[in-house]
Amino acid sequence: MTPSRLTGQRLTAIFLLGWVLFDYPLLFLFNRNIYLFGIPLLYAYVFLAWAGLIALTAWVVERRSD
Amino acid sequence: MLQGWFIVVVSFAYLGVLFAIAWYGDRRADAGRSIIANPTIYALSLAVYCTTWTYYGSVGRAAATGIGFLPIYLGPTLMLALWWFVMLKMIRIAKANRLTSIADFVAARYGKSQLLGGLVTIIAVIGVIPYIALQLKAVSNSLFIVLHYPDIVMPARADALPLLQDSTLYVALIMAAFTILFGTRHLDATERHEGMVAAIAFESVVKLLAFIAVGLFVTFSLYDGFDDIFSRAGAVPKLQALMSFNGNYSSWASLTFLSMAAIMLLPRQFQIAVVENVNENHLRRAIWLFPLYLLLINLFVLPIALGGSMYFDSGDVDADTFVLTLPIAFQQQWLVLLVFIGGLSAATGMVIVETIALSTMICNDLIMPTMLRWEWLGLSRRTDLSWQLLNIRRWAIVIILLLGYLYFRVAGEAYALVGIGLISFSAVAQFVPVIVGALYWKGGTRPGALAGLAAGFLVWGYTLLMPSFAKSGWLPVDFVAHGLFGIELLKPQQLFGLSGLDEITHCLFWSMFANIGAFLGVSLLRQQNAREAGQATLFVDALRAPQAPGARFWRGSAQLEELLPLIGRFLGPKKAHEAFNQYAQRRGVASLNELKADADLVVYAESLLAGAIGSASARVMVASVVKEEALGLDEVMNILDEASQVRAYSRQLERQSQELSAATRNLRAANERLKELDRLKDDFMSTITHELRTPLTSIRAFSEMLRDDPRTDLAERKRFLGIIVAETERLTRLINQVLDLAKIESGKAEWHTAEVDLREVIQHSVDTTGQLFKERSVALDVSLPDTVPSIIADRDRLMQVMINLLSNAVKFCDPGSGSVDVRLWRDGKMLRVDVADNGPGIRREDQAIIFEKFRQGCRSSDVLTTKPQGTGLGLAISRQIIENFDGRLWVESVPEEGRAGATFSFKLPIQATEDKTAKEEGA
Repeated sequence: MTPSRLTGQRLTAIFLLGWVLFDYPLLFLFNRNIYLFGIPLLYAYVFLAWAGLIALTAWVVERRSD
Repeated sequence: MLQGWFIVVVSFAYLGVLFAIAWYGDRRADAGRSIIANPTIYALSLAVYCTTWTYYGSVGRAAATGIGFLPIYLGPTLMLALWWFVMLKMIRIAKANRLTSIADFVAARYGKSQLLGGLVTIIAVIGVIPYIALQLKAVSNSLFIVLHYPDIVMPARADALPLLQDSTLYVALIMAAFTILFGTRHLDATERHEGMVAAIAFESVVKLLAFIAVGLFVTFSLYDGFDDIFSRAGAVPKLQALMSFNGNYSSWASLTFLSMAAIMLLPRQFQIAVVENVNENHLRRAIWLFPLYLLLINLFVLPIALGGSMYFDSGDVDADTFVLTLPIAFQQQWLVLLVFIGGLSAATGMVIVETIALSTMICNDLIMPTMLRWEWLGLSRRTDLSWQLLNIRRWAIVIILLLGYLYFRVAGEAYALVGIGLISFSAVAQFVPVIVGALYWKGGTRPGALAGLAAGFLVWGYTLLMPSFAKSGWLPVDFVAHGLFGIELLKPQQLFGLSGLDEITHCLFWSMFANIGAFLGVSLLRQQNAREAGQATLFVDALRAPQAPGARFWRGSAQLEELLPLIGRFLGPKKAHEAFNQYAQRRGVASLNELKADADLVVYAESLLAGAIGSASARVMVASVVKEEALGLDEVMNILDEASQVRAYSRQLERQSQELSAATRNLRAANERLKELDRLKDDFMSTITHELRTPLTSIRAFSEMLRDDPRTDLAERKRFLGIIVAETERLTRLINQVLDLAKIESGKAEWHTAEVDLREVIQHSVDTTGQLFKERSVALDVSLPDTVPSIIADRDRLMQVMINLLSNAVKFCDPGSGSVDVRLWRDGKMLRVDVADNGPGIRREDQAIIFEKFRQGCRSSDVLTTKPQGTGLGLAISRQIIENFDGRLWVESVPEEGRAGATFSFKLPIQATEDKTAKEEGA
C-alpha cells in the first residue's frame, strides 16, 4: 500500500473535523433539553456526527480512483 | 432450564467452538491458505478492544454519567483516521525488524536496550493487570447472576468467600489453560497466531449480536421504541439529567485522549493491529469498519441504561449488570444465555490476546535477558531452547492471570468496571511520548526514554494505582486523605494542590508532565550514541527508505558455522535450517554452505532471533558469536549522510532527466513544425509560379500571334491587345496581392486604424461594386440599421474585405435570377455583417479550403479545377484583415440540404476602443 498523499491529507482533515465535532464548543451547542424525533438532541447529534464521519472516511479510503 | 450444569456445559461448548475455529485457522495457515487474509476479519479482530468493560460496563457508566461512556469509543474513531500514516509506519517497522511486542518496539528504537524492554514490560504488566481483573470480575459476576436465575441476586463481595470457594479463581485458571492451548502450541518466529485471530473475529461478531439482541429486546419489546424510553425517562428527574452533558469537558477530552492511545498501545491492540497484520492493505477497510463496529455496539447503551434504571428504580441492582438482569427479570432465558455467552466472548477474547501479548513480552524482554546472563543455567550449552521458550510463556500466562485474580481480590470491588479499565488506559498512555518519539523524532535517546517512562509510571502509580488499593482498604486510607507523611501537597489525587479535576485527568496531567518532561530533558542532555542514531533513522524514515534495514550499520566478520547453531538453539535446528535455506534462495545461492557470512546475513540472523527472543536479547546473542567492529557516532553519521546524499542526488537526477525529456519533446515538436513550414513554402512557391505562368502564357501566345502573322486584321489585333492588357493587369493584381498577403502575414503591413462607421464602409463598397451588379443583372438588397456604434479598424482594409465578399457573391450568382443580401446588425458586443447570395453554395468539405491561398471556390458540384476568375488570394487576405482586428470571418452554406446560396459573415468587436488605440500607439 503506498499511502496516497491526497488521501492522507483528507484523513487528517477528517481527524481534525472529528476533534472539533466531538469537543467542547459544539457539544455545548447541542446540550439542550430538546428532543429530535423523541431522541435527546445531544445523543442524536453525537450519533449522527459519528455516522457521518465514518461514512466520509469510508468514502475517502475506498475510492478506487486514487 | 438454566441450571448450573447446563450453563457450564454451554460455556465449555462455546470455548470448544472457539478452539475448533482456531485449530482450523492454524491448519489453513500452515497450508498457505490463510482464512484471516481478509480486511473484514482484520477489522473484526480489532474489536477485541471491546471487552466486558464495554459489554457490561458501558451501561453502568451511562447510568451514572449519561453521555460520559462515549469518549472511549469516539477516541478510537478519530485515531483510526490517522492510522493511514501512523499504523502503516508501525507495521512496516515491526515487519522489517521482526518486532513482536510493544516492549520490543520501544527497546529496538532506543538502541536495542534490554533495560528499556524490561521497563516497558513491567509497566505493561502492572498496568494491564487491573484490566484482566476486570474481565475475571465480569465473568464471575455474570456467572453468579445467571446461576441464580430466575431470581435477581447481586454477587457478594469476593473477599467474603474463602479462596477455594471463589469461582473467580477457577474462571482465571480455566482461562489460563485455554490461553495456553491457544497461544503457545508452537513457537513462531513472527509470533503470529492466525487461528487465534480467526477465533477473536468470531467472538467479536458474537458479542455484537448478543448486545444488539438485548438492545432490541429492551427498546422494542419492553418499551415502545426509542422515543418511548426517552420520553418516559425524561419524566424522572434523576434520569433527565443523564440526557444532557453534565460532566466536565476536561474529563471528556482526557478520556478521548486515553482511548486514542489505548487503541494503538494496549498490548493486545498492538498484537492484533501490528503483529497479526497479514497485509497492510487491510488497514484501508479497518479505518472505517472498526469505527462502525464501535458505533453499532454503543447504539443501545443508553436505552438499556435508562430502561434498567426505570425498571430497577429501588437502586439495589448494579447498573453494570442491567444487560443481564433485564432479560432475567422478564424471564427471557434464551436471551439470558445469549447475553452470558456474549459476555464470555468479550472476556475471553481480551484475556487470550492480552495474556499472549504480555507473555511474549515477559519471556522476551524480562526472563530471557536475565537467564542469558546466568551462566550456571548452562543455557549456552543447550542446542535447542525453543521448548524452554514456550514453557516460559506458559508460566507467564498462568502468573499474569493469577496476578489479575489477586488484584480482583484486593481492589476489584472498590470500582465499577469502567473505573478499573481507565486505570489501565492511563498506564498504557505512558507509552505515548516514547512511541511518538520513536516514529517522528530522531533525537530521543535510551536514557531519555528510560527516564520518561519511569517518571510517568511512578506518577501513575502514586496518583491512581495506590489510591485504588487504598480505597479497597488494602493500604491505609490516610495517605489519600491527608497526603504522604501527612504532607497536604502530596495528596495523591490533589498533587501539589491541583484540584477540580477528576482522578483520571489529574493523573494524566501529572504523569504526562513528568513523562514528557523527563523524556525530552534527559534525551537532550547528551549526544546520541551510534546505535541510537542508526535505529532512529531506521524508524523515523521507515516509509521512505525501502532498503534492507540495519545492514548498513554493521561491520565485522562472522562465521556461518556459528550463526546457524545459535539461531537453531532458539528456533529449533530444523526451523533455523529452513530459514537459512530460504535466505540462500533469495540471494540466488545454490546451497546453504556457499552463503557468505556478510553484514546482510548477520542482520538477517539477528532479525530471526529477534522474533523469538526480542530485539535486545537477539543483539546480545548475535554479538556473542561474531566479531564486530564498533561503529562510532561519526561513522554512523557519515553513513546516514551518504545515504541522504545519495537520495538527494537521485532526486536531482530524476528531476534533470524529466527536464531533459521535456526539452526533447519540445525540440521534436519544433522540428516537425519547421518541416511543415518548409513544405508549405514549397507548396506556395509551386502554386504561385503556376498562377503567374497562366497569364504569362496567354500574353506570350497572343504577342507571338501578332508578331508572326502580319495578315491579322485590325479588329482581331485590337481584341488580342485587349486580352494582353487584361492579362497583364491580372498579373499585376496577383503580384500586388501576393505582396500584400506577405506583408500582413509577416506583420509588416501598415494599418491606419481609426474610428470607423461600418455603415459608411458598406454603403461605399456597395456603390463601388454597383456597376458589377448591373452588368450581371444581379439584385442587391442592403439593410443597415439607423445607427451602429463605431469600431476601431482600418477603413480601407475593411473596404477591401467588403468588396472582395461582394464581388465573390456576384461572381457566383446566376445572371438574371441572382440576388445578394447584405445585412449589418449588432450581435452582443460585436457588429456582424452577412453577405448572402443565392448561388450554388459551397460544399462542407470545401468550406475550410476556400480560405486557403490560391484555393478558389468552385461551387457545389463543380470540382476545384474549373477555374473562375480571380486570384484565389482574396478570401485569405480578408480573413487575415478581420482577424487582425480581433474579429472572425466564416462561411455558412448547406447545399447538401438543397438550400441554395452561401452566406459569408464577419464579426468585429465594438468595445476595446481604448485598448486598440493603446496597442497601436505602443507598437
